[in-house]
Amino acid sequence: MKDYNDAFRDIPGTTIFDAMQSRRGFHLNQFCMSLMKPENRAAFKADEAAYLARFPLTDEQREAVLARDYNRMIALGGNIYFLAKIGATDGFSFQNLASKMTGMSEEAYREMMLAGGRSPEGNRSVSKGS
Amino acid sequence: MARITAGIACSHVPAIGAAIDNGRTGDDYWRPLFAGFEASKAWMREHTPDVVILVYNDHASAFSLDMIPTFAIGCAESFAPADEGWGPRPVPVVQGHADLACHIAQSTILDEFDMTVVNRMDVDHGLTVPLSLMFGQPEAWPCRVIPLAVNVVQYPPPTGRRCFALGRAIRRAVESFDEDLDVQVWGTGGMSHQLQGPRAGLINREFDTAFLDRLVGDPAALVALPHIEYVREAGSEAIELVMWLVMRGALDERVREVRRFYHVPASNTAVGHIILENDGAPRAAGDQP
Repeated sequence: MKDYNDAFRDIPGTTIFDAMQSRRGFHLNQFCMSLMKPENRAAFKADEAAYLARFPLTDEQREAVLARDYNRMIALGGNIYFLAKIGATDGFSFQNLASKMTGMSEEAYREMMLAGGRSPEGNRSVSKGS
Repeated sequence: MARITAGIACSHVPAIGAAIDNGRTGDDYWRPLFAGFEASKAWMREHTPDVVILVYNDHASAFSLDMIPTFAIGCAESFAPADEGWGPRPVPVVQGHADLACHIAQSTILDEFDMTVVNRMDVDHGLTVPLSLMFGQPEAWPCRVIPLAVNVVQYPPPTGRRCFALGRAIRRAVESFDEDLDVQVWGTGGMSHQLQGPRAGLINREFDTAFLDRLVGDPAALVALPHIEYVREAGSEAIELVMWLVMRGALDERVREVRRFYHVPASNTAVGHIILENDGAPRAAGDQP
């Protein structure tokens, strides 16, 4: 089991959402889940900090949400399908969120996808540099 | 008796649903994708089944982190489109087939698959986008749909081999159902894509093409592919492809490829689609040899 989990850590730029991350991010992800209801989306938009206070998030998680730092939210246990509900509440497309996580402008990211996407070459393994 | 007549695999990118719902299928960006499904829609009109068993994953819509069932079958009479954060998709309510679903649940459990039974559930883009791609925008979906949700969100998802074996068990269940029904099994999600982190946007056309080839001709080898290979080669969300193996498991060992389509990109994702018929099945007029 340890080998199964460790193997994924060799893949660059990728966080695998396993049971450990799921525990870590439980409340963060459940906060995201609450944004499926229009009245909750409205309450969050009206006062983000007050709305977040309803959930027992860590300070780090709370700050990452307020800063819309998606890579940080993922490191702190967020799962992208849950986090996408924050993006949807903000009125952003999934592609916009993806571009944010890669550090590219939305335009540059969109162009990369139109040109066939990010190549797996050089993106397979940290240890092998391949 | 009920019978499996065909298997279909299809990506379920949410942006495809948004393009349909917002009338943007004719945009330059989307036109090639939707053109690629025209022949499939024509095939579907000739081969509309009584029931589709639609294998998909929920994306934090019906299942939060409260409960994470590995395999869950929808036994309700109907399933409403979920509000995923921007309001429900304006698509018809999905009509289930409770009798067949309950029969499949019982049969697969006795066949040693620990299936979760779901009696109330909304269905998200994972289920409704493939319906839109294959059926367009009807006022009501032209057949019953049994949702079969697979966890591919929290690792580990089920192995490819387990998914394939579930397909076999579903076939045994369908063929022991005492009603004259044409049933298709659809596997959805994929193909290569990664939606998270600095590696987002990964696409591997070579992997996807080989996956389609092996899905048709060498599924026995494909089921041995470990999760790490999906993630390394095709991105963390490409793991959805294990769901295609449920579909393949429900078909004969030898199948006929009726149709294949591949397109990059739809938003962040490589779209793959294939229609397979059992090789022993009679050919319909107009089918390609």
